[in-house]
Amino acid sequence: MSISLAPRRPRRFAISCIVGAVLVLFWIGVAAIGPLFAPHDVGAVVDLDVFSPASRAFPLGTDYLGRDMLSRVLSAARYTVAIAFVATTLAAGAGVLLGLAAAAGGWLDLLLSRVFDTIIAIPSLMLGLVVIASLGASIPVLIGTLALIYTPGAFRTARALALNVNALDFVTVARARGERLPYIVVREILPNVCGPLLADFGLRFVFVVLLLSGLSFLGLGVQPPYADLGALVRENIAGLGFGAWAVLFPALAIASLTIGVNLVIDALPKRGRA
Amino acid sequence: MTASPLLRLIARRVLVALGTLWLVSLAVFATSLLIEGDVAEAILGQSATPQALAGLRAAMHLDQPAWARYLVWLGGMMRGDPGHSLITGTPVAALIGARLGNSLALAGITALISVPVALTLGIVAAVKRGTMFDRAIGLVTIAVVSVPEFLIATLAVMLFAVTLHWAPALSSMRDVESPLALARMYALPVFSLACVVIAQMLRMTRAAVIDVLDSSYAEAARLKGVSPARLVLRHALPNAIGPIANAVALSLSTLLGGVIVVEIIFNYPGVARLMVDAVATRDIPLVLGVAMIFSASYLLLVTTADVVAILSNPRLGHR
Repeated sequence: MSISLAPRRPRRFAISCIVGAVLVLFWIGVAAIGPLFAPHDVGAVVDLDVFSPASRAFPLGTDYLGRDMLSRVLSAARYTVAIAFVATTLAAGAGVLLGLAAAAGGWLDLLLSRVFDTIIAIPSLMLGLVVIASLGASIPVLIGTLALIYTPGAFRTARALALNVNALDFVTVARARGERLPYIVVREILPNVCGPLLADFGLRFVFVVLLLSGLSFLGLGVQPPYADLGALVRENIAGLGFGAWAVLFPALAIASLTIGVNLVIDALPKRGRA
Repeated sequence: MTASPLLRLIARRVLVALGTLWLVSLAVFATSLLIEGDVAEAILGQSATPQALAGLRAAMHLDQPAWARYLVWLGGMMRGDPGHSLITGTPVAALIGARLGNSLALAGITALISVPVALTLGIVAAVKRGTMFDRAIGLVTIAVVSVPEFLIATLAVMLFAVTLHWAPALSSMRDVESPLALARMYALPVFSLACVVIAQMLRMTRAAVIDVLDSSYAEAARLKGVSPARLVLRHALPNAIGPIANAVALSLSTLLGGVIVVEIIFNYPGVARLMVDAVATRDIPLVLGVAMIFSASYLLLVTTADVVAILSNPRLGHR
């Protein structure tokens, strides 16, 4: 460990961090209670005009079938945030558990590292495409596939962090005191890797949102009449030529969610180089 | 025989990559068993008689156990023959061969543009850390890496093809007569891919260079009064080659996912489009062939970066 001599620059990050936190909290709020305020049913065709711009009746306009965009965005945000959150939590949970176990070394480390290297070597969009196309696009399959694809990354991060901390003096001291392995992992190692793990969680959440949107764009996401944000972009893509609100809003929604998370992570303490 | 430690390290990397590629072949083949569904039924339709189905399955070797088919397939792959398409009956190698050049051209042109731009801007941003320039770069790149590739591609179509009419929205190989038309055809796909690759590579390069500039030997050089140019060129960069090679490889590997989206949006006749169509038609030999090509490209990139890192670290040569 070397001590960084570079001056800290906290103020500049603070503003972007607050902006990011506001965006993230906003989307968490929308995902949690937004659909309760939806003025119309998600699948209901309520307007004779398609791709209509914002009006008093339809605050975000209508989509390619004349459905209320506000209701659809609220529901889609819930799908995207919830699916990505559950998938990231599964990936991070499995990754951290296995990563900590692997950091102890031995055949388990060798086996897990080889298996995860294999998954990483298959481009994620391609792996997702094949798995989802063969198992059918349902929400559990989506969550499982996304979790599978991002477990190796979480595993690598957790393993590297644990190896670093493991070599530090206070862990040696704890071991010399005769503490048991669970105590060392929970009380000595975990508190010291929490910050970087949190940053890693956020980063992986962004990746999951982007991959989910990409899969949805290829037609493998949440299936009609429901939709996640990526699927909303896909189904309204015909309106792109004339700048329809229906395609801009879900696009903006994805961007603001992921940019928000990224801004928050950027302000978190870094582990070496990211 | 005593090989140099450097050579042995490199040989180890290559062996690990080949081992991983073999594991990938196992994983990909196992995944394809899920897709199997029933190809015979998909081809003949639901009204097919059981005899016809059984006949077709036997003809396609679908009645053999999975491990036997895996061995046949793996043997074929090693000889460069990944089998025949289930749908058209043409050799997969011919189907892929016809498209591979197009995809390589797309990825190659993108890489040729992205790498110099990203490295230059990344190094400058790291050296000028905290200035307006650095902050502007940081904001733009964070926005680009936060946005899905299909969004950048569709926005590019909207702006350059629909509004400004600078470039065609779809790529077709037929009406390419002049070099200008060729450039116009590649403009949008390459632009969309390069945006993502440059943003990612730039961020990682900047982080790698800052890491080195924050080290104690850089501090010592600074205290000794070394000029900023010499500090960066002589002290920082040689030590950052490993991490930068890693950044380049990882960013270029995102091209592998990016081409899938971009080839679909621009209707570009490359292998990734072939793959997406093959998944839709359950054409497993074709899916397997393309998947292996993509994974092999990833491993090639990462292994090359590892070898560059080994070669750039003189300490490893004197064990």
